[in-house]
Amino acid sequence: MSVQGPQQVLELAKVSRTFGEGATAVAALREVDLSIRAGEFVAVMGPSGSGKSSLLALAGGLDRPTSGGVFVESTPLGGLELNELARLRRRAVGYVFQDFNLVPTLTAAENVALPLELDGTASRKAQRQALDALCQVGIPELADRFMDQMSGGQQQRVAIARAIVGDRRLILADEPTGALDSTTGHGVMEVLRGRADAGAAVMLVTHEARHAAWADRVVFLRDGRIVDQAAAMHDPAMLLAQAGH
Amino acid sequence: MSIRHSLLALLQDQPRYGYQLRVEFEHRTGSTWPLNIGQVYTTLDRLERDGLVSNDGSDGEGHVVYSITAAGKAEVQNWFAAPVERNNPPRNELAIKLALAVTLPGVDVQAIIQAQRVASIRALQDYTKARRDTAANQRAADTAWLLVLDSLIFQTEAEVRWLDLCEARMLQQAQTAGQATPRKTSNGVTVEEAAPLIADNRR
Repeated sequence: MSVQGPQQVLELAKVSRTFGEGATAVAALREVDLSIRAGEFVAVMGPSGSGKSSLLALAGGLDRPTSGGVFVESTPLGGLELNELARLRRRAVGYVFQDFNLVPTLTAAENVALPLELDGTASRKAQRQALDALCQVGIPELADRFMDQMSGGQQQRVAIARAIVGDRRLILADEPTGALDSTTGHGVMEVLRGRADAGAAVMLVTHEARHAAWADRVVFLRDGRIVDQAAAMHDPAMLLAQAGH
Repeated sequence: MSIRHSLLALLQDQPRYGYQLRVEFEHRTGSTWPLNIGQVYTTLDRLERDGLVSNDGSDGEGHVVYSITAAGKAEVQNWFAAPVERNNPPRNELAIKLALAVTLPGVDVQAIIQAQRVASIRALQDYTKARRDTAANQRAADTAWLLVLDSLIFQTEAEVRWLDLCEARMLQQAQTAGQATPRKTSNGVTVEEAAPLIADNRR
């Protein structure tokens, strides 16, 4: 069993994931240990194929490890029935995908309210919380728009609003700035950082150093293993020393 | 950085004495490049020798005040009009280190690249945090510091991207050259295993 502090929102303990069997088996993750506390923003970097997206899928209970344990707020995901897992995902975990995964026949506010309503929240309350989330990502005026009336950047903001709605404690984002221009990408990072500062645990998968730099900790994956970590020093005197001035 | 032109530009604003110039320079550049007061006086002496500033004598409190001459104004105008000269090519310790590392036997270049990557990302984290904190304050005086931080962020990001490219290129070369003997990289991956990474990195 795992030993966790009270603030540990996500813990992966010796997590391995292998696809296929025998000679054609591919190890996507090999005995990965990773914990994220409440209020901590962790970025995961590594080349394509290094296991980044597998890690995110396991962290959110979208996939199950071949061995090892995944814990969200001390709950072992491996011990949950499918319906319990789905419930935990709706309540505690928010996802942001690169390709948005929004429902085209729903408005922005309806898309954002969807996970709450699926979880039994009254429609009016869900709509109110959805509007609040849309405010946080800076597009409350687009609440009644359908997806085909919005730009890629606006759709991604809706997707982020859906991930943070209702006070999610764990936010998982997979290359959320992939299709966006740099200004919009910056805005996405501001929202994720804001959620972490407000107490959520955030895990971001990215290949952009510029975006990873918003995190408190950067984890480097290679060939399914964590090979390095970098934590910010936050020492202003060091900044200039590093810059060579 | 041209201290000479920076001081001239400040004198174009108004006559000043040495200490004022130092304070004003640091204020306008976000205190990123601290100026030695000795450097300021030496530079003023040279500017006066070259006819670009004139010594207006004491201000009554023991400060020697300088003002810009017509030739000095022309010099400032030329400075602003001309692009900054690039050292050709600029000396870059990291590039030199890697260039030597790849040509020496027994050097684990990938380990060098990864160590640098971690250090660069850490610096990038610090710059990003500093930029966020400064932007949150929204003080007009911080504009200069924000510009400097943006410059540092772009430079460091470029460094990381270049490291990625170096690594991908090395793996590709090792794969081409070392078909007979599988070579392990710093992360314990054989080049054959790492080959798909190269294709991905080069997308």
